[in-house]
Amino acid sequence: MSDHTCNDALTDLYQYLDHELDTETRAIVERHLSSCSPCLEAFDFEAELRKVIRDRSQERVPDELRAKVLAALAACEPDID
Amino acid sequence: MANLDGFVEATSPLMDQLYGAALRMTRNAADAEDLIQETFLRAYRGYERFEAGTNLRAWMYRILTNTYINSYRAKQRRPEESDLADVEDLYLYRRLGGLEASQRGRSAEDELMDLVTDSEVQDALEALPEQFRVAVLLADIEGFSYKEIAEMLGVPIGTVMSRLHRGRKGLQKALGDFATERGLLPREPVTVATMGEPPLEAPDPLPSDSVSD
Repeated sequence: MSDHTCNDALTDLYQYLDHELDTETRAIVERHLSSCSPCLEAFDFEAELRKVIRDRSQERVPDELRAKVLAALAACEPDID
Repeated sequence: MANLDGFVEATSPLMDQLYGAALRMTRNAADAEDLIQETFLRAYRGYERFEAGTNLRAWMYRILTNTYINSYRAKQRRPEESDLADVEDLYLYRRLGGLEASQRGRSAEDELMDLVTDSEVQDALEALPEQFRVAVLLADIEGFSYKEIAEMLGVPIGTVMSRLHRGRKGLQKALGDFATERGLLPREPVTVATMGEPPLEAPDPLPSDSVSD
């Protein structure tokens, strides 16, 4: 039905997940995914991996650092252009 | 003159994320703290030049990235690039056996939550050579577009894409190695050709008398 192969989908995988494909190519990829479960699995896996990496990378600024930054800002003279 | 209250109100919600990025960039808490302080001071001094209505978060990350590159990178320099092994696409997915995971009735999310821990994600990221680490961090954790990252780093979009491509594979390899050490993956890499993809390492050229179909 479509000339879009699994290899084409794989090539586009990251740009798809990065939301960097143009609308037309995105639609072609989605059409392929809707009829190819191995590719859909792989895309889901990569998307999930991205999410896990992001979720596991959240940090909180230590309170002392936040206070130190605010104090430094208060003591600072902004540039006057 | 920039209004301190206005600046703090606009930028302080970004401090947690910026601190996380600073930790990943510098790989140590003391440098990350200095980097954050310097970033906020620079941003405040230059806040008059920030164009209202444009993306403040991207502007702050650009200052963070530039400050890191100019002030911290030099002192941390070490051999780069050559230590990033080339690995196949979908490395972890293939190591997990592709479809087998779902056939066992487990979602990708469940598999992955077991497979990687917080500290492994951080160690894997921090093990990436700098230029790959920064690109992956800005794209995959901070969610910036190729164009935004290219502007932050002062490199062409194609360079961002190639750093991401290699960096992500390096990250997957490191995560796979950690999982292997914990006995969650088999020792020997298993190549499961679910996608019918040729191996990345180019095979020897075909002998001239062989005819491909």
